[in-house]
Amino acid sequence: MITGKDVDHISWLASIKVVEEEKECFVASFNSVLDYFHQLDELDTEDVEPTYRVVDLTNVFREDEVSESLSQEESLRNASRTEKGYFKSPRIV
Amino acid sequence: MLRELKGDLAAGASAEERVASLFEKIKKSKLNAYNILSEDSALKRAREFDKAPWGGLMAGVPIAIKSSISTRGIETNCSSRILSGYVPPYDAHVIDQLKEEGAIIIGKTNMDEFAMGTSTETSYFGPTRNPWDTDRVPGGSSGGSAAAVAAGEAPCALGSDTGGSIRCPASFCGIVGLKPTYGLVSRYGLVSYANSLEQIGPLTANVEDAALVMEVIAGHDPQDSTSVNSDGGYISGLGDGVEGLVCGVPKEYFGEGVDPLVEKAVWDAISKLVELGASWKEVSLPHTKYALAAYYIIAMSEASSNLARFDGLRYGLRLGTDQDWHTTFSEIRAAGFGSEVKRRILLGTYALSAGYYGRYYLKALKVRTLIKQDFERVLAAGGADILVTPTMPFPAFKIGERIEDPLSLYMADVFTVPINLAGVPAISVPCGFAGGLPIGLQIIGRHFDEIGVLRTAKAYEDATPYHEAVPKEVV
Repeated sequence: MITGKDVDHISWLASIKVVEEEKECFVASFNSVLDYFHQLDELDTEDVEPTYRVVDLTNVFREDEVSESLSQEESLRNASRTEKGYFKSPRIV
Repeated sequence: MLRELKGDLAAGASAEERVASLFEKIKKSKLNAYNILSEDSALKRAREFDKAPWGGLMAGVPIAIKSSISTRGIETNCSSRILSGYVPPYDAHVIDQLKEEGAIIIGKTNMDEFAMGTSTETSYFGPTRNPWDTDRVPGGSSGGSAAAVAAGEAPCALGSDTGGSIRCPASFCGIVGLKPTYGLVSRYGLVSYANSLEQIGPLTANVEDAALVMEVIAGHDPQDSTSVNSDGGYISGLGDGVEGLVCGVPKEYFGEGVDPLVEKAVWDAISKLVELGASWKEVSLPHTKYALAAYYIIAMSEASSNLARFDGLRYGLRLGTDQDWHTTFSEIRAAGFGSEVKRRILLGTYALSAGYYGRYYLKALKVRTLIKQDFERVLAAGGADILVTPTMPFPAFKIGERIEDPLSLYMADVFTVPINLAGVPAISVPCGFAGGLPIGLQIIGRHFDEIGVLRTAKAYEDATPYHEAVPKEVV
C-alpha cells in the first residue's frame, strides 16, 4: 500500500512538489494502478531475458569530425534567464 | 486525396488558395484541432510555390504536425504549460524530409500533454472534439492530427504512437493511421515520452496517402542511433492484392469488453479479405492480458527519465524568484505539468526506485519478451502473414466519461499497446460505423513488413466504402 508518506518521498525523488489536496488523489490512483500491475506476479519469468530494445542493434560508430552546430545565440534563445552567454541557474550553495 | 491534390497543383491550381482556404476553415472550426498555426510562413511558402513550383513527392502539399515533433521557428509545446512558448532552433529529421520533398507545414496539432493519454483531454489547451460527434473525444494522443484530417482541416498529418497514439485517434475519427516498425522512422526531434516504444507515423484520408508519407519519412538517420535503412516500395507494392495471404485472427482480441458492433465490423472485414483471395485462421497470443500492465510500467519508467530534462533552465516555464536548486525545480515542475503527466512521472519514479526495480521495471521488460515472442511465433514462416483485430474495443467515448478514472482510460489501449511492446508495424483503417461513430480495423505485420500491411489495407479499402465517408461540416 502506498501512503501519503510514500508520495512525499517519490515527489522528492522526481522533483515535483505535490500539494496536500493532490496527495490524496495520487494515493488512491497509485494504489489502484499498482494493484493492476501486480497481475504480472502470476507469470513465472525466472528464466526469461528482459527486452530493452525490440530491434537488434550494435554500436554505431562515426568519425570524430567537427560539424555545424547551433550558435550560442540560438541555444540560449529559449532560456528565460541568461548571463554573459550562459544559462543562469538557481544558486547551488 | 493527395494524388488528386498533387495533380491539381501540377495542372496549375494555386497552392496559396488551397492553403488559405484551410486556414479559413480551421479558424471557423470549434474542434480545437490545432495549438499553433504557422499561417504566415505557410502562405509565404505557398506563394513561392505558385511562382516557381518545385518537384518532390509532396510538392506543395500542406501538412499538419503533432505538437510533439520539433519544427524550427514554429512553437512546439507538446500541449503542455511547461513548454508553452518554446520555439525549437532545429527541425526534427522527419520535418527535414518533408521539406526536402516540398511539403508545406500549416500548424501544430493538439494532443494529450506529452502524448500521455487516449483522448486528447489532458492537453493544457483544452480537449479536441471528434468531428463525427463533438460531445465525444477524437481519441489520443494524436487527437488533433486525426480530427484535422477527418474534418478536412488538413489533407494529411504526422502523429506519434507510443501505445496507440496514432491508431486510436485514426480509429475514432474514421481515417487511416500507421505506426511503423520501431526504428524505421527517425525519432530525432520527437520530444521523448517512452523512447523504446514510440514511432512517428502518418494520419491520412486513405491508404495510398499513408504510403506516400512513409516513402518520405522512412529511412536511416545518423542522428537516431536506433534508426535503420528503408528500401521504400510502399507505393509500388500497394496494388499487389491479398491473393494467398494468410490472416491470423488472435482470439484474445475478441469477446469480453469488446463492443458487439465493433466485433461484427471486424468479422465482416475478415470475410471481405477472404472474398478477395485471402484465408484466415485463429491464432493465439497468450500473453495479451499482461500487455497493458507491462506497457504502462515501461512507459512510465521511461517517462520519469525522459521528462527529467524539463527544469525551466534552458527552455520552458520559469517561475518568479529562484530559491534553492531543488525547491526551484520542484515548483516549476509542479506548475508546468498537468496531473496525468505528474502521475506517470511519479509512478515511473517509484517503479525505478531502490527496492522496486526488480518487481516492476525488470519484470515488465521480461513480460515484454514473452509478448514479443507471441507475435514472432504466430507470424513465423508457415504461420500467419498478417494479423487482423479491432483497433479499439469500442467507438469514441464522451468527453469527461473516463478521464476521472485513470485505470479505465488505460484499459482502452488494450489492443494497441502489445504492438508497441513487440515493435511490429500496424495500421488502422475505417471498417464501419456503430451509432454513427467510426470503427477501426487494425492490421498488424512482421517487423519491417510495412509493404504487406499497406497492401492488405489497400485491398480492403478498395473493396469497401468506409474511408469515403466524411463527417458533416462542423462550424
